[in-house]
Amino acid sequence: METKDIIKPENLVYGKSELLIDTIMHYCPGCTHGVVHKLIAEAIGEMGIQEKTIGIAPVGCSVFAYNYIDIDWQEAAHGRAPAVATGVVRLNPDKFVFTYQGDGDLASIGAAEIIHACNRGENMLVIFINNGIYGMTGGQMAPTTIENMVTSTTPCGRDSELNGYPLKMTDLVAQLPGTSYVTRQSAQTAAAVRKCKRALKKGIQNVLDKKGTSFVEVISTCNSGWKMTPVQANKWMEENMFPYYPLGDLKDSEKGEPVSKN
Amino acid sequence: MGELRLMKGNEVLAEAAIRCGCDGYFGYPITPQSEVMETLMERQPWNETGMVVLQAESEVAAINMVYGAAGSGKKVMTSSSSPGISLMSEGISYIAGAELPCLVVNVQRGGPGLGTIQPSQADYSQAVKGGGHGDYKMIVLAPSSVQEMNDFVDLAFELAFKYRNPSMILADGAIGQMMEKVELSDYKERWSDEEVIEKSGSWATTGKPSSRERNVVTSLELDSLKMEENNNRFQEKYRRMEAEEQRYEAIQCDDAEYIFVAFGTSARVCQKAVEIAREKGVKVGLLRPITLFPFPKTIIGELAKDVKGFLSVEMSAGQMVEDVKQAVFDAGIIRPVAFFGRMGGIIPTPGEVVEALEQKLLKEKR
Amino acid sequence: MAKVKGAVVVDVEVCKGCDLCVQTCPEDVLALHREVNSRGYHYSFMKNPESCTGCTNCAVVCPDTCITVYRAKVRA
Repeated sequence: METKDIIKPENLVYGKSELLIDTIMHYCPGCTHGVVHKLIAEAIGEMGIQEKTIGIAPVGCSVFAYNYIDIDWQEAAHGRAPAVATGVVRLNPDKFVFTYQGDGDLASIGAAEIIHACNRGENMLVIFINNGIYGMTGGQMAPTTIENMVTSTTPCGRDSELNGYPLKMTDLVAQLPGTSYVTRQSAQTAAAVRKCKRALKKGIQNVLDKKGTSFVEVISTCNSGWKMTPVQANKWMEENMFPYYPLGDLKDSEKGEPVSKN
Repeated sequence: MGELRLMKGNEVLAEAAIRCGCDGYFGYPITPQSEVMETLMERQPWNETGMVVLQAESEVAAINMVYGAAGSGKKVMTSSSSPGISLMSEGISYIAGAELPCLVVNVQRGGPGLGTIQPSQADYSQAVKGGGHGDYKMIVLAPSSVQEMNDFVDLAFELAFKYRNPSMILADGAIGQMMEKVELSDYKERWSDEEVIEKSGSWATTGKPSSRERNVVTSLELDSLKMEENNNRFQEKYRRMEAEEQRYEAIQCDDAEYIFVAFGTSARVCQKAVEIAREKGVKVGLLRPITLFPFPKTIIGELAKDVKGFLSVEMSAGQMVEDVKQAVFDAGIIRPVAFFGRMGGIIPTPGEVVEALEQKLLKEKR
Repeated sequence: MAKVKGAVVVDVEVCKGCDLCVQTCPEDVLALHREVNSRGYHYSFMKNPESCTGCTNCAVVCPDTCITVYRAKVRA
């Protein structure tokens, strides 16, 4: 069978989600943001909730998330996305509201907002992209930068005596009674991406079921900021970040439901 | 006639919000305005009108909750006092930049810094000149009575939605804490979701149906030419406000030779000072700006033709006086514009005001 | 026994040549082209189209969603 005979509409097994806007993303080659954006678009499309979805974009590389997914969006000030989302969801309790935040946004300048939104159990999904660095401003240390990692503001590596320790936000929010589902995912392999998508869909479903805050951290790469190729960055992430930020569910309020194994 | 009550200014703010169909209040406690949220929590409007009331973790969070809710087309507000308004300034700038309607109430206290909890008007410049970053303006209303604390809530929302712009009620600790007779407004229904879509569906995040493009609430535009275009649009809007919304009260200005210009609590003091001065044989009037932005410069320009001078009376080091001078200058008239004020939470006495008039304006003339 | 055969279409102009699809392909179908697209990226293409099974792994990991995957059953 020739390739041209296979490429026919009836044989389509993977295509671009209709919710992904037809434009070229501004992200660097290999950036995890693109993968997670795609998963959000796919999940919202497959769950048929475009009309009730409101996304809150952060400040950081993903400030332009609203250019890529075809839903209503609000662009928040740096770190304030959980407060903005709170305002939206409190007055629109039947909408699906999610925030999309990086590690500088969520774990540093917006630490108060995320802790309190999760503690109130705001009925929303938080998507936390943790690549351990400030991407947009040029590779400075983030609160989640792991020890000894070189960044433009820790040129000799992060020294915990000087800079404190990498902050495990996901472990913190898992302690809060307002969160129902807290998980740490990644998106560097096909299996990881598929698993991450299931986690996002579960988070969305929890919000639709009004279970409080769901929190999905995605350990991500910033190959430009890390000064590596995308492939090297994935390897570095697996070897260096996963030991400190182990993947898996930290909390799942639906007791008795088996945690997905793949 | 509406329901008559004896109430505190701060309590009236809460009552007026419920009655005018406000959808949500987000706040953080700070003296001297904590009664606003306390009254709302006591009244439990969520049982009555469905209005949401939430105590945020900070003023920063509160204003961003307002941003979110306002972005979805709802009628929402917050209130605070001076240090809290400083914290909110970032959010107010974003709200102005994203052109969202909302109400921010500042029941001012003396500064700078933690300052005092006594009344002050030292946030005038912050309120009318911007406060946060970037070229933006808020519509600023200055109540001088508990009755106006009631009336201006509805008016502030009306103007906010008319111009898609944040409105501020700039009160002070005295207006917030004093009790007066007030005629409460009648109840208005909150807007239904359908009405919100009808009014604001072209820009608000109400959820994207297939029938329209997605709505994005943002103040970001990296293309400088487009950002300048946005700024031009904002400025055009502010000029329209200046043309259409100047509000003031003129008291005994018809035969006046001198004019006190004062707002809020200072205006109440000046009303008494007008009486004292007239008893002494000096014909004085009071021009009370009700909108601080847009500043009622047209009437000041007109009055300048007939009077010998102005005294701006403020509970600050002299902030509004600059706008009075500018209004007189813009009218192409040369008249002395003097200033008298007290700071740090002190309210001037009518006697002090008359004395200042004599020292600063009458003495020089004679 | 039914066998499956796949094919992918890369949106050449959208591809940024990040190489993730090439590395993830279990059948070694993909490679980065010698040529570059208009933005200067060595885009991904099917170097060994006959090996493709249409597993979709390449499209799943693609950050720019520029890969469309097709799969058909063929009689052995």
